[in-house]
Amino acid sequence: MNDELAIDVRGLVKRFANKTAVGGVDIQMPRGAVWGFLGPNGSGKTTTIRMICGLLKATEGEGTCLGFDIRRDTDRIKARTGYMTQKFSFWSDMTIRENLEFVARLYRLPDLKPTVDETLDKLGLTHRQGQLAGALSGGWKQRMALAAVTMHRPQLLLLDEPTAGVDPLARREFWDEIHAFASDGMTVLVSTHYMDEAERCDRIAYLANGKKIAEGRVEDILARSGLITFRGEGADVRRLSELLKGKPGLDHVAYFGAALHVSGKDRSKLQAGLASVGASDVVWQEVRPSLEDAFIALMSEAGADTRVHA
Amino acid sequence: MNRVLASLSRVWAVFMKELVQMRRDRLTFGMMFGIPIVQLILFGFAINTDPKHLPAALVVEENTPIVRTLVKSLETSGYYDFVLSTDDPRQSADLLAEGKVAFVVSIPAGFTRGLIRGDHPQILIEADASDPSASSNALFLAQTILSQSLRHDLKDVTITQAGESDPFELVLQPNFNPERITSYNIVPGLLGVILTMTLVMITGMAMTREVEQGTMENLLAMPARPGEVMLGKILPYVLVGAMQTAVILIAAQVLFHVPFAGSLWVLLLGVTIFVIANLALGFTFSTIAKSQMQAMQLTFFFFLPSLLLSGFMFPFRGMPGWAQSIGEVLPLTHFLRIVRGVMLKDASFEQLHAPFLMMSLFTAAVTAIAMLRYRRTLD
Ligand SMILES: Nc1ncnc2c1ncn2[C@@H]1O[C@H](COP(=O)(O)OP(=O)(O)OP(=O)(O)O)[C@@H](O)[C@H]1O
Ligand SMILES: [Mg+2]
Repeated sequence: MNDELAIDVRGLVKRFANKTAVGGVDIQMPRGAVWGFLGPNGSGKTTTIRMICGLLKATEGEGTCLGFDIRRDTDRIKARTGYMTQKFSFWSDMTIRENLEFVARLYRLPDLKPTVDETLDKLGLTHRQGQLAGALSGGWKQRMALAAVTMHRPQLLLLDEPTAGVDPLARREFWDEIHAFASDGMTVLVSTHYMDEAERCDRIAYLANGKKIAEGRVEDILARSGLITFRGEGADVRRLSELLKGKPGLDHVAYFGAALHVSGKDRSKLQAGLASVGASDVVWQEVRPSLEDAFIALMSEAGADTRVHA
Repeated sequence: MNRVLASLSRVWAVFMKELVQMRRDRLTFGMMFGIPIVQLILFGFAINTDPKHLPAALVVEENTPIVRTLVKSLETSGYYDFVLSTDDPRQSADLLAEGKVAFVVSIPAGFTRGLIRGDHPQILIEADASDPSASSNALFLAQTILSQSLRHDLKDVTITQAGESDPFELVLQPNFNPERITSYNIVPGLLGVILTMTLVMITGMAMTREVEQGTMENLLAMPARPGEVMLGKILPYVLVGAMQTAVILIAAQVLFHVPFAGSLWVLLLGVTIFVIANLALGFTFSTIAKSQMQAMQLTFFFFLPSLLLSGFMFPFRGMPGWAQSIGEVLPLTHFLRIVRGVMLKDASFEQLHAPFLMMSLFTAAVTAIAMLRYRRTLD
């Protein structure tokens, strides 16, 4: 057991009746960090989070969460963890205030009323406290859920796609709050599909088909992917994209607004490919590869051996 | 001590949450009090009805003035409408079995002669007692009607009297249901039936609703233990059960004048254990069922035998052995013994200790199953 680690799990496997959702995941996450959890739909993010906080029994593997065994000490883990579910799971036939009061009572928070008042105030929900939780819009539901799962000052915050369907401004505020919690000393694990959010994390772990295929700082992952990206701008990019696709050495061709990003791993092949489409008014310029391209590259590199189900 | 306090405060949290949700769910809330009232009114009619003009068949093997007078007296009582007069007992037996007549009155050949000679000849009234409340008054009054008729209408006929007793023997034979339930049996029994139906159903939804609305994941992510959740979810409905009991007991007194012979405290203790037994059962159903629909089906699966085999519908001792064995397991059976014992027979707690024990055992067993079945994870 390592006291420096908030999450320390090894070889986590979860098999459901007919499929393997998680096929052996290790996570060693230090206390106080903000980690991003990424991966395509069905890659096992939610399942892994549930195993960590004791909501699912791991089929194989073991480990600790906040120093407590994830199989035996789930009550202690639950008391110290805040888990925000991917799907809104508060009681929609109760008001915001009633939901918060229930949570506060269940965690035995002292000074129920002031605590709830303060929480409502901090999140700017005071004037809506009497509204039924089910009647809130998506963004407000997420804010309420975040308020509810942090009220008992957990040491570990597990947020499963907390900003899905939230508008950009609210998302930015949400992330400000996440970092505020982190600077209070909370450890935060956030799953997300947004690449810009990944860049707000200290470190990211990327799951594909139930396996972790990459982990590290964004810069490191970009470097590890070995991708080189050129950005082309000009009137002709739309015609060019058709010509460029499928050329040897040009692994990814994708639009970024009016510009075209072309990535590959071999610089000379890439440049040869770009030159082969002939003279045009498109100007090519080397840029930082996008995380998306890096992940796609990592996935195709990891290839068939990460496929846990046929 | 601290752990107990912690546990109690989590029970309190769940309890308050359930109260809020219960209050907000107007339909269910209305149902909890609507069902008892509607059922009382419906069964109240059954109790107050004194059905008359019931179809009857007459099997007479002789046609004398005395026989005609006796038949006439039954008819003018208003209870018996003779739709058929035959001398073939098989024809009348068929009609009774088919339910086309409620009674068969048989007066054998030689009745008149036997009457005059003081031989106490028999009159047989067979009744379809499958619906006892329908036939009981008519049967009950037959003796009076017939003997009054003999005393008043036939006072000129010389009959060799043997003391004060009637000069004939009336044989009553309730078919299909040997024991007749009296109306007073129904209202106390109704208390048990109503509590069973509403409470099992409502708690049956307790966990399935959390699962269906996706709130189960949240509940499981918080540090509430199974027993705490169960207690917190059941307690609000103990209050509901108490209120239902009050409504029914008051109605029993005010509307139906059911006597209350015994101790209210013994009855209340019985009600409390019975309510908890039903709530625990409902909670167990909700840990087994995968959806609210399934919980509903389980409730009815349980409710039907409770209704039929507990002695509410049919007299317990009239049932075959296997049915009695099932009945002995059901809490309603024991509750009926307690409630009827206390209200009608002034039975003491000591006299009722067996049903009390059985109900408590049932509660303990069901609670144990619920605790084993309660899923602490989403698996
Ligand atoms: N209870 C379950 N029974 C059977 N299969 C399940 C169950 N829960 C998840 N799965 C399967 O396990 C796989 C991983 O699911 P999981 O929800 O962990 O993915 P995810 O990474 O969270 O996806 P998303 O980004 O869509 O939320 C999926 O294929 C899913 O269908
Ligand atoms: Mg998910």
